[in-house]
Amino acid sequence: MKALIETIVQPLVDHPEEVQVTVEETDEKIRYHLTVNENDVGKVIGKNGRIAKAIRTVVHAAGSDIDKKIFVDIM
Amino acid sequence: MREITASGQTVEEAKENALRQLGLTEDQVNLEVIDEGKKGLLGIFGSKRAYVKVQEKIDLAKIGQQFLQSVSLEMGVEVDVKVHNNDDELVFELVGEKIGLLIGKRGQTLNALQYLTHLAVNKVDASQYVTVVVDAENYRERRNETLHQLAEKLASKAVRTGEDVKIEPMPSFERKIIHTALHDHDSVTTHSEGKDPNRYIVIKPNK
Repeated sequence: MKALIETIVQPLVDHPEEVQVTVEETDEKIRYHLTVNENDVGKVIGKNGRIAKAIRTVVHAAGSDIDKKIFVDIM
Repeated sequence: MREITASGQTVEEAKENALRQLGLTEDQVNLEVIDEGKKGLLGIFGSKRAYVKVQEKIDLAKIGQQFLQSVSLEMGVEVDVKVHNNDDELVFELVGEKIGLLIGKRGQTLNALQYLTHLAVNKVDASQYVTVVVDAENYRERRNETLHQLAEKLASKAVRTGEDVKIEPMPSFERKIIHTALHDHDSVTTHSEGKDPNRYIVIKPNK
């Protein structure tokens, strides 16, 4: 899943090498923290959070067979 | 990205030389004329050769194809991505098993993939802009029919109750289908309210 987020985000930013995803997992939830270069933040959030929403939609679809709540935090 | 400069008696000839050397066709390159050349007297005295610079265009279809393939793979779905290229529109068709996962409820996953592919493709080369459509199992056409039916049904409801009918939020290209479907309707008008991605259509009965 970490690789999925990287695969989606890297082509969208100016500094793909600075894309980082860390994971925090507990019994009932998995939380992914996405960090990018500060100049790329807008490119992963988008106007009214449109890009962030699209990223979350794809991640949730991929995690639909996981029995935990999935969160994707940006920065 | 390959780029060469070539010459010829005329611009046309210089261009042909460049394309032959690169093994590409005209629509695969950006062309810049460096010197138009001169014919000269009797084609001999004072003639100057024409020079052009030809640069291979980035193949956006390939970029989109690779993006969709690797994202799907990371989602655990193996797909073939077929590309249809019409003018400034690239249509990517996902073919394979477990396609339902990539479409999602009311196409929301497919729409998210389409939007992300649009961003990835149009980021690569500022000199090219394309519209991106991501389709699977003919979903776009089926959705088009569903939206037409929904539009008719809700227009009737608006007329019957005399009250505005709000439709759930939809992306712009789906709202357009509804607006167009009801454009010539005698008893209702449509408009959108709210901000993307939560912008939605309101059907208003005529007073």
